[in-house]
Amino acid sequence: MHTIQSRVIYLDNASTTPLDPRVREAMLPYLTERYGNPSSIHKVGREAREAVEDARRKVADTIGASPEEIYFTGSGSEGNNLAIKGIAWANRSRGKHIITTKIEHKCVLNTCHYLEKHGFDITYLDVDEYGVVDLEQLKSSLRDDTILVSVMYANNEVGTLQPIKEISQILKKRDIYLHTDAVQVLGKLPLDVEKLGVDVLTLSAHKIYGPKGVGAVYVRKGTRMDPLIHGGGQERGLRSGTENVPGIVGFGTAAELAKNLLLEDKAKFERFSEKLINEIPERIENVKFNGHPKKRVPNIVNFSFPRVEGESIVMYLDLEGIAASTGSACTSKSLEPSHVLTAMGISPEVAHGSLRISFGRFNDEYDVDKLLEVLPGIIEKLRKMSPLG
Amino acid sequence: MYSEKVMEHFRNPKNVGEMKDPDGVGEVGNPVCGDVMKVYIKVSKKGGKEIISNIKFKTFGCVAAIASSSMLTEIVKGKTLEEAERITRKDVSEALGGLPPVKEHCSNLAADALKKAILDYLSKRGKNEGGPERS
Repeated sequence: MHTIQSRVIYLDNASTTPLDPRVREAMLPYLTERYGNPSSIHKVGREAREAVEDARRKVADTIGASPEEIYFTGSGSEGNNLAIKGIAWANRSRGKHIITTKIEHKCVLNTCHYLEKHGFDITYLDVDEYGVVDLEQLKSSLRDDTILVSVMYANNEVGTLQPIKEISQILKKRDIYLHTDAVQVLGKLPLDVEKLGVDVLTLSAHKIYGPKGVGAVYVRKGTRMDPLIHGGGQERGLRSGTENVPGIVGFGTAAELAKNLLLEDKAKFERFSEKLINEIPERIENVKFNGHPKKRVPNIVNFSFPRVEGESIVMYLDLEGIAASTGSACTSKSLEPSHVLTAMGISPEVAHGSLRISFGRFNDEYDVDKLLEVLPGIIEKLRKMSPLG
Repeated sequence: MYSEKVMEHFRNPKNVGEMKDPDGVGEVGNPVCGDVMKVYIKVSKKGGKEIISNIKFKTFGCVAAIASSSMLTEIVKGKTLEEAERITRKDVSEALGGLPPVKEHCSNLAADALKKAILDYLSKRGKNEGGPERS
C-alpha cells in the first residue's frame, strides 16, 4: 500500500526542535573525516580542538560571556545538576541552605530532593497566579548559611519569566551564588549574563535547533564548583570525558544562528502567540490562559480547557497531524497534574485539561491556522464525552 | 505507548452519551485525579434472564480512560447481569491489547463503573419489589 506522509505540524518546540539544516552541515565533517580527539597533540586532534574552541566562542558570544566561562555538558539536565550539586558540594562548609522555586524543571527539583537526603536544607519558593516568584518570600528566606539561589529564567510549561535581575540585586553584596536555568530563553529573547547578574546559567543545544546530547553552563570566573564527572580533566576539570565534538560544533552554529536570527524569530513567535491568545477564546468557550500576559517567552502559550483532559486533546491533535503537549504529566510516569499549574493555584481538575503550544523557527502561518481550525472540534467532542457539568 | 486497539477505541469511541431513563447508573473516579467515568445501563428480560440490553458512557480522562470505557460497553452489551458483574479491569485491558502499567490503576475504571451501575439497578429493583436492598 502506498501512503503519503503529510508534514507534521510541529508545535512542541519547547520539548525539542528539529535540527537546522545549517547546523547539520556544520556538524557533518565532525561525524566523518574530522574525527580527532581535542586532547590529542597531532594535527587531527588540533583540528578538533579548534572546532570546540570556536564553538565555545560562539556560545559565549551569544550570552555576553567570555569563552573561558563556558563549559560544555551532555544536556540541560546535566548542566542544572552540575550547577546545583557542584555548588552545593564545593560550598558545603559555608552553609547547607539552598533556595529554589516550586515550578522548576524536574531536573532541578529532583536534584534538590537528592541534596535534601544528604543534609541540605532547601526552600521552595511559591509563585503567584501568573507563575512569578514571590520576591518578598525570597528576601525573608535568605539565611546566613544560604549558599545558592536557583530560579529558572523562563518556565517550560507556561513560559513565564522570572525577575532574575531583581533577584541578583537582592543577592548583591551577599556571598550567595545565583543560578538560572535559561534553556527556554536562548533564541527567544536577548540573553546577557552581565545584565542578568547571574553566576551560573544553563543552556541546551536541542532547544535551539541544535543536536540532542549537548548543553553548556556559563560559570562566572571565581565560582566555587565541584565537577560531577571526574577523569581526564577536560573542560578545565569541570566536566571530564572526551568532548562531543560534532555536538559541540552543532551547538556553536546553533547559538550563532540563534543570535543572528533572534529578532526575526522573536517577531514571528510574538505574532503567532498573539493570534492564539486572541482567537482561541473567541472560538472555544470556557478557556483559561495560563501564564503571564506580558512577562513571558514569546514562543510558549498554555491554555486550560476545563472538563477535558490534556492527554486526550494532545492525542486527538496528533491524529490530525499536529504535535503539541500537555502541561499535565499524564503522558509520562506520573498521573499528577502539572506541578507548575498547581503551584500557580490552578485547581487540579482544570490543570488536567491543559495544552501547551510552543512555536519554533520552522513554523509558519499555516500551522497556526490549522491548529485554530481543528482545536474547537476536538474540545467540543471531548466535552460532549465528559460527565463533568 | 498505546496499542492499535486502544487508539481505535479512542478515535471512534462506541456508545458515548447519556441515556434517557436508565435502569442503573454508576460513576467512579475523581476530577482531581483526572479521570471520571459514568456508565448508564438498560436491563431487559430475555429467556428468563436479565440482560444488559443497552449501555452508554461518559468519560473525562486520558486516552486509556476513554478507550477502556468504550471497550467495556462493547464487551457488556447483551451479557446477562451475572456475566456482566464478573467483568474485571483485567478483562477490559486484555481486550484492548494491554494498557501502559501507569494507566492500569487510575484510568482503567470502566469495570468499576459498571459494577456500580449494576448495584444501582439491583437496589432500585429491590425497592420496587419491596425486597431487601442490596448495596
